[in-house]
Amino acid sequence: MATVTTPDAPPASSPSRARTRVPRRRPGQRVRQRRRLGALYASPTALFLLVFFVVPVILVLRMSASDWSLFVGDRGANFPTNFGEAVDDRLFWPAIRFTLTYTAITTVILLALALGLALVVQESGRWSAFVRTSFLVPSALGLASASLLFYGLYSPQSSPISAFLEWIGVIDTPVSFLGTPGAALWSTVALVVWRFAGFYMLLLLVGLQAIPGDVFEAARMDGASRFQTFRSITLPLLKPSLALSTILCVTGSLLAFDQFYVLTKGGPDNSTVTIVQLVYSMAFQGQNDLGRAAALSIIVLGGLLVLNALQFLGLRGDRD
Amino acid sequence: MTTTPAAQAAPLTAGADPATTPSARTLGPRRRPGRRGLATMGQRTFTGALALLFLFPMVWAAVASVSPKGGTNQTDGIGLGNYRTLVDYQAGIWQYLANSAFVSLLTVVLTLTVSLLGGYAFARFDFPGKNLLFLGTLAILMVPYATLLIPLYVLLNDLGLQNSLVGLALVLTMFQLPFATFMMRISFEAVPKELEEAAMVDGCGTFRALVMVLLPAVRAGLVTVGLFAFLAAWNDFITPLILISDSSKVPLPLAVANLRGQTQGIVDFGATEAGVVVLALPCVLIFLMLQRHYVRGFMSGALKG
Repeated sequence: MATVTTPDAPPASSPSRARTRVPRRRPGQRVRQRRRLGALYASPTALFLLVFFVVPVILVLRMSASDWSLFVGDRGANFPTNFGEAVDDRLFWPAIRFTLTYTAITTVILLALALGLALVVQESGRWSAFVRTSFLVPSALGLASASLLFYGLYSPQSSPISAFLEWIGVIDTPVSFLGTPGAALWSTVALVVWRFAGFYMLLLLVGLQAIPGDVFEAARMDGASRFQTFRSITLPLLKPSLALSTILCVTGSLLAFDQFYVLTKGGPDNSTVTIVQLVYSMAFQGQNDLGRAAALSIIVLGGLLVLNALQFLGLRGDRD
Repeated sequence: MTTTPAAQAAPLTAGADPATTPSARTLGPRRRPGRRGLATMGQRTFTGALALLFLFPMVWAAVASVSPKGGTNQTDGIGLGNYRTLVDYQAGIWQYLANSAFVSLLTVVLTLTVSLLGGYAFARFDFPGKNLLFLGTLAILMVPYATLLIPLYVLLNDLGLQNSLVGLALVLTMFQLPFATFMMRISFEAVPKELEEAAMVDGCGTFRALVMVLLPAVRAGLVTVGLFAFLAAWNDFITPLILISDSSKVPLPLAVANLRGQTQGIVDFGATEAGVVVLALPCVLIFLMLQRHYVRGFMSGALKG
């Protein structure tokens, strides 16, 4: 497809190359003109990438190695102080442990439920379309909006769930959905599952659709039971979609922020502080140390890259 | 058992061409007909109950926002008292709505423009550094928001865009570029080359060919890109939280989140749920209208990824 050319090849060298490939001169000019046009059309993308991505990435590397506070700014290099301080923060290890726990629980529940939903609604027809839409509508809400909604749903003063349970006599006092570390974790998981189940259901549904119908037909004619068909045909053939969902879900959960910022504020007793919340609070709440926050965010980036590389290699290995 | 290539390809053909992806309604293999009656009834009851469970929180929020409740502006009877609280809150809900609308629209316009031109360049032209630029755009996905937002906070200050809704929209556009560029590239690649070549023979330049001939052909891709850009920009929370510190300039999600903490730990739940309704309503309506295009975004990703 695309011919890879070095980005800084001087224009003077391109006519000779074009001439060796195409003997006449006019097409050579045309090729050159199309190259210039292509570069022109791609220039807004390149500009955005440079200013808002490449420069920030370089800057965050520099900040992580500098004494850089929120209000005073750069006060010179201090590598590797920021990294040491970030790791020594008393919330560093608890945040990592909590983020990993949350990620594991969310990924398992979310993907299992999404797969179940996808299997239930895969038929065509009006009823399935209605049910699918119901599952999907929460995906249109922002995570912050959904968290605010559940904040009302969970608060003892306004919770309809608590009121209902009291009314049918299961409990005497209002339930505390966010009061204990365990309850806060599970309540947040419930919110995230509600918000994202339809999203992953759709992803898996697209994968299900890609499996040729003949394969199911063949299994049925061979007398395979429903469960056998699911285990030996659906699951293996759905692997690419499941892998993509897993990577997305793991990455998203490791970077969780909105839901905890709105619902728990990291509480009770800092038991639900995620790693991104720790980055945020290092930078903008109290410590006001951008250098240290940058160092921590580099650690997060590194961890994420390693994890994604491992997942990718694992999936590649499976395919061979 | 062997299958003919034609039969194998059949369920995929609809999805393979991004321009003709099926609507949500036709998604999924058709089960064999028959087996109606009790089994269907049982299944419908089950799936219906599940659907209600998913719809319940949103229905509750809508009902709670107009229902009477102590400690809110709506103490007896059904009414819009909680919405009046929003109107009176600090800069007023209209200001926050305007902030959100401005940022979302600017993000959508910028994303569409940049990805339309970029997708065209990647699909139809060869130029130095093409692959590097495309991979670089996708690499945005690999870096966490927080890692980019800390230097962007400093960088926007240097550019004179601190506390600016324009700066916010520029950053949100950058976050949209991986999906948007990818989507537009495959949309252009799905259009037969003969279409624009015919136009060029007729004397059109590449830009005229893009506007007159190709734009209508990639319209569906543009709608999908615009939809995702709008939902992302309207709903984004952490980006304005870090980049916007002037409380009258914050977008709606931040304003509603701030509203909770205003009076010494006493939270106005009525106003909060009213805020959720205002936040959710445009998203839900646009989503229901463009659901088909939302599904298309997934088909493209799954096919190529």
